Amino acid sequence: MGLEAAITAEGFMTTQLKRVINWGRRSSLWPMPFATACCGIELMATASSRYDLARFGAEVMRFSPRQADLMIVAGRISIKTMPVLQRIYQQMAEPKWVISMGACASTGGVFDTYAVVQGCDQFLPVDVYVPGCPPRPEQLIEGVMAIQRIIDEDGIPPKGPDGKRIPLGIALQPKRQPVPQPMPLTLN
Amino acid sequence: MPAAKPHKPNLDHPTLKLVKEKFPDTKFKATEYRGQTSLIVAPQDFHEVMRFLRDDERCAYDFLSECFGIDYLNYPAPQPGRFAVVYNLVNTKTADRFFVKVYVDPSLPTDGIEKDPALVIDSVCDLWPSAEWPEREVFDMFGIRFNDHPDMRRILTWEEYPGHPLRKDYPLRGRGEREHFKIVDRSDA
Ligand code: SF4
Repeated sequence: MGLEAAITAEGFMTTQLKRVINWGRRSSLWPMPFATACCGIELMATASSRYDLARFGAEVMRFSPRQADLMIVAGRISIKTMPVLQRIYQQMAEPKWVISMGACASTGGVFDTYAVVQGCDQFLPVDVYVPGCPPRPEQLIEGVMAIQRIIDEDGIPPKGPDGKRIPLGIALQPKRQPVPQPMPLTLN
Repeated sequence: MPAAKPHKPNLDHPTLKLVKEKFPDTKFKATEYRGQTSLIVAPQDFHEVMRFLRDDERCAYDFLSECFGIDYLNYPAPQPGRFAVVYNLVNTKTADRFFVKVYVDPSLPTDGIEKDPALVIDSVCDLWPSAEWPEREVFDMFGIRFNDHPDMRRILTWEEYPGHPLRKDYPLRGRGEREHFKIVDRSDA
């Protein structure tokens, strides 16, 4: 915190418990890299020395969802991957946040085919969208910092009526209804 | 634009002559494009011809480079059948390449996944074990089944997938497969 330069070691300060906890959470985000395609390469670049995600406390990539609190969905989500993604999301412990990185994770991108889910946010609560194909590391860092701002404003205890965390209203809830697909090609 | 000159296949691949000699009573077609020769074989003769191409020491196609399916629905030029399965054979000593093509025509509507007895050809897994996965892919994507295949299951989509997605009458955006997932929301975990 850099406070030790201003206050003597024997001094003390008062603050709110939720501010201390949120400070701890925002400063040690452990991402779960769900990298399924080319965006994952940029995610790796973000974590490596040139861009150094560690400066924002988020360098510990956890491949176990139990140890992670920020899911970064980086890449296309195929119809076979979607149930896996949901399972991994559900395995993460609260509190947890989701970044949808890149055009494909957010909308399906150019892959408007039967095999690619047209936006993981239809079936998963996403907190922050990072646009781009792929987004530059700076953009992803900005996305992580947006998560940090969300955490800063998100208080404990949870505000929801059922005791579960309700995040800020800035996240989109999935609301899309499936539509039947047209089938224009016919036999001869 | 001047009309393209009709392509005149140059059928001088030495293997064609050997096949002709070996199977004098069997009907074949052959074609050539940019130096690559294809032999078109009827499904019932297919396995025997493939065995000859592998075992005869003048052919000796010891490597199955790949095998894939084609759907010719709405194809501009007339074709002998709706679906084709193409085998790409290589002789690793001479680097000679030879294509064998089998056409099959469906007898059932092609929008379903039920077994169509007309869409069956013999597997060549017993000749080239490397055919196993490509043939499974052809089955998965086109619904063409292979006789005597050791493991005739889908390979890319899951077992109950309600279609064969590379068929041309399968809609590009699917029939809702990408839309039907449960919705996980914040209160769900
Ligand atoms: S958004 Fe672009 S870079 Fe990212 S996964 Fe899609 S195609 Fe690849």
